[in-house]
Amino acid sequence: MRLTPTAALVLRRLGHGAVVLWAAFTLAFLVLYVLPGDPVAILLGGDQSTAAPEEIAAVRAEYNLDRPLLVQYLLALTAALRFDLGSSFATGQPVVEAIGAALPSTVALAVAALVPAVVGGTALAVLAVNARRPALRALLSGLPGLGVALPTFWVGLMLLQVFSFRLGWVPALGAEGLLGLVLPAATLALPLGAMVAQVLLRALDRAWREQYVTTFRAAGMGRPRLLLSHALRVASLSLLSVAGVITGNLLGGTVIVETVFTRSGLGRLAESAVSSQDIPLVLGIVVFSAVVFVLVNLATDLLYPLADPRTRPAVRAAVRRAAEASAEALPAAGAEANQTHSPTPTRPTEEVRA
Amino acid sequence: MHTRSALSLTAAALSAVLLLSACGSQPDPTAAAGEPVSGGTLRIAYDTDPQCVDGQQVGQNTALNVTRQVTDSLTDQDPETGEIVPWLAESWEVSEDSREFTFHLREGVTFQDGTPFTSASVAENFAAIQDLGARATQGSSYLAGLRSVETPDEHTAVVAFEEPNAQFLQATSTMILGFYSSQTLEKTPEERCGGEIVGTGPFTLESFTPAESASLVRYDDYAWPSSLARHEGPAHLDGIEITVVPEATVRNGSLSSGQIDVDTAVLPQDEETLEASGFPVLSRPNPGMTYNLLPKESKPIAEEPEVRRAISKAINREELAAVISSHQSPATSVLSQSTPQYTDLSAHLAFDPEGAAALLDEAGWELNAETGIRERDGEPLSIELSYWQTVPFLELVQQQLRAAGIDLQLDRATLAEHTAAQESGDLTFDFYNLTRSDADIIRTVFDARARNVNEREPSEIEDILTETTVTTDPAARTALFEQAAVKLIEEGHAIPLVELSGVWATSPEVQGLHFEASSRVQLYDTWLAGER
Repeated sequence: MRLTPTAALVLRRLGHGAVVLWAAFTLAFLVLYVLPGDPVAILLGGDQSTAAPEEIAAVRAEYNLDRPLLVQYLLALTAALRFDLGSSFATGQPVVEAIGAALPSTVALAVAALVPAVVGGTALAVLAVNARRPALRALLSGLPGLGVALPTFWVGLMLLQVFSFRLGWVPALGAEGLLGLVLPAATLALPLGAMVAQVLLRALDRAWREQYVTTFRAAGMGRPRLLLSHALRVASLSLLSVAGVITGNLLGGTVIVETVFTRSGLGRLAESAVSSQDIPLVLGIVVFSAVVFVLVNLATDLLYPLADPRTRPAVRAAVRRAAEASAEALPAAGAEANQTHSPTPTRPTEEVRA
Repeated sequence: MHTRSALSLTAAALSAVLLLSACGSQPDPTAAAGEPVSGGTLRIAYDTDPQCVDGQQVGQNTALNVTRQVTDSLTDQDPETGEIVPWLAESWEVSEDSREFTFHLREGVTFQDGTPFTSASVAENFAAIQDLGARATQGSSYLAGLRSVETPDEHTAVVAFEEPNAQFLQATSTMILGFYSSQTLEKTPEERCGGEIVGTGPFTLESFTPAESASLVRYDDYAWPSSLARHEGPAHLDGIEITVVPEATVRNGSLSSGQIDVDTAVLPQDEETLEASGFPVLSRPNPGMTYNLLPKESKPIAEEPEVRRAISKAINREELAAVISSHQSPATSVLSQSTPQYTDLSAHLAFDPEGAAALLDEAGWELNAETGIRERDGEPLSIELSYWQTVPFLELVQQQLRAAGIDLQLDRATLAEHTAAQESGDLTFDFYNLTRSDADIIRTVFDARARNVNEREPSEIEDILTETTVTTDPAARTALFEQAAVKLIEEGHAIPLVELSGVWATSPEVQGLHFEASSRVQLYDTWLAGER
């Protein structure tokens, strides 16, 4: 049975994904063990413990921490292959359960931040490109830089100071539901939106100088229509290509936002796991994050052809066949000829890997 | 300090009157000083994650403050006098040789799951703590050498030890030796850490989410408070909501804006503002061992008694007061003031730069005028100190030692790095405090046959420490610990610096919030004035 080009792509990407997961697991494992520190001593209270040394050694043996590094690694790896990520040293809770419990809150925060970030960032970029007055244009184009530069930590504390401590509109702690989501989502959305705007601004600027735009304008198409129906579509491709970076920023941002706003979630979990050297939990979170990255990249690869027909596997195969044919016979028209009038397609995957 | 807090309380009451007189629907504010009212949920913000709420296992203050509400103890300890008083045990006898303790238990005490608390509960809880081994970070040492727990009848428990164990009576007053129901004891240590604990205490633990929150509700059938309690029957509060809020600014803002009632970790710079705006600031020094520099005497430099003693003499402890919280004091002994067996040894800790210089000269450490650091055979008098706590006063200690020609290198590490350094055995000095409301903590830390923090050979000190374990007369025991502490200081085995005090702030409505003997809180008597 022959695989369709899309199925082959998915399989190939999943294969890459498995390698990425293994590498992330191994690297995290090594870093955790190379780092100075003794998780059992921390678990048992360090200085505050009055337990006898042989009792402490017994606990260390219980966690296999007295075995050689390679044995510990293989034990952890084979367990992970059976989807068993072990239990947290600090709380004894199974790692999968701990991540599962923290996930919904972080997903809610991520979605609540991502939607306004993409909508707001796009709106800002479009407004900036459309602005007639150079001064206004310069001002709008400058905003994303400011948004990226503001420290998330500081923004969160300022929002809390004003809207919670002064005005009392939203509770600072333990707010459930939509109301509690507003400030943290706004804090997280700000740098993300700014990043989206930066990427789009650059892409729109580039698109604006393309030949096809000049052609359409010469044919009398209005600026807003041209922008929305053609340039933005092309520019959105560059946004798709930074989806991985956005995901990274989103996950990293939750650590700060969840701490400042006292929200539960993956970020808080990661922070406390790292500070107490909770090896199984840190490993679990690293593996989980790697899975998210692999899936986001896979989704990007699959979405890309929808936005840009030239990158569809079937089309690419056709182009390749046409090119082979043209090498023997006359230069073929069609897909290839089209390309001279279009912006250079960016391949998403290599960029995202970075 | 007493006048100050009295003043701020008056200020708090006054501002509450002024505030409340503006809105007629509020209840009479003078009730704040009057009869306790029942109801309301106390909202507490913690700075750190309790991680595990089983007091039999952990030693963290945040965790023990949860456990204290859920479990009761055989005895209680008066925070003022250090005296051990009845709680779940109505009376007790201690054998002549301090090896056997007979407790007569109160009748009618039931766990929150309805099962009765009997002498069997005592036996199975103590056995469970022994089984925990190192996981019982402090309990295992409290029960070290336990031979048997006999239960001649339902309300009599006879606890016998291999060796004399005078510290045990105080240990029975701690939440670390608090009691759980049989069902709780069948759970794994991890399940208990995660909140599956059922005790006889005034509050039941409803839920616990590590790193986030804990929620407690009143146990309505509760009728066996400690003899130190100020009321009978169930607790005043409907419940307690604990939230972990790592950000100090957020805790402070939440308290000022009325979103929480208690902040358990106030920053020194916020104390004055809070007090000025009517938020009472509470503090009590942690009993036990103060923050001490602890020389490892098997190592070069630390092995020299002259150098150890010179370090102690070169430190101006009074000056340290300027850089710590106004609710914290420089150390006046190896033990802190709130320890029952504390005696003031400040005479042995006086600032004596000339004495320090003379000792160092005698030991051959000569001042290098160029570097300002003393040297011997070309080697500088340099000491490295690894620590993880937030203790900015160490920088002042560093300056003071520098003035005496001693180079103290400070290496602030993470807890993980610090424990690794401790285990590598390379440290020449250690630095920490240890909380316990009994001077026996000195024996735990310094006894050359136990932890032996100094890495030294047994000496006369061990004879004194052994005697403390057989001595039950409080005055005689205090005198013995004083002898031991003086020797520890004079021989440079302990270099006390500063006392540890947790600084809390509450909203003006919070009444009856007191620290118990180990400077943790018992919220049974706590109530909210003008409660909703």
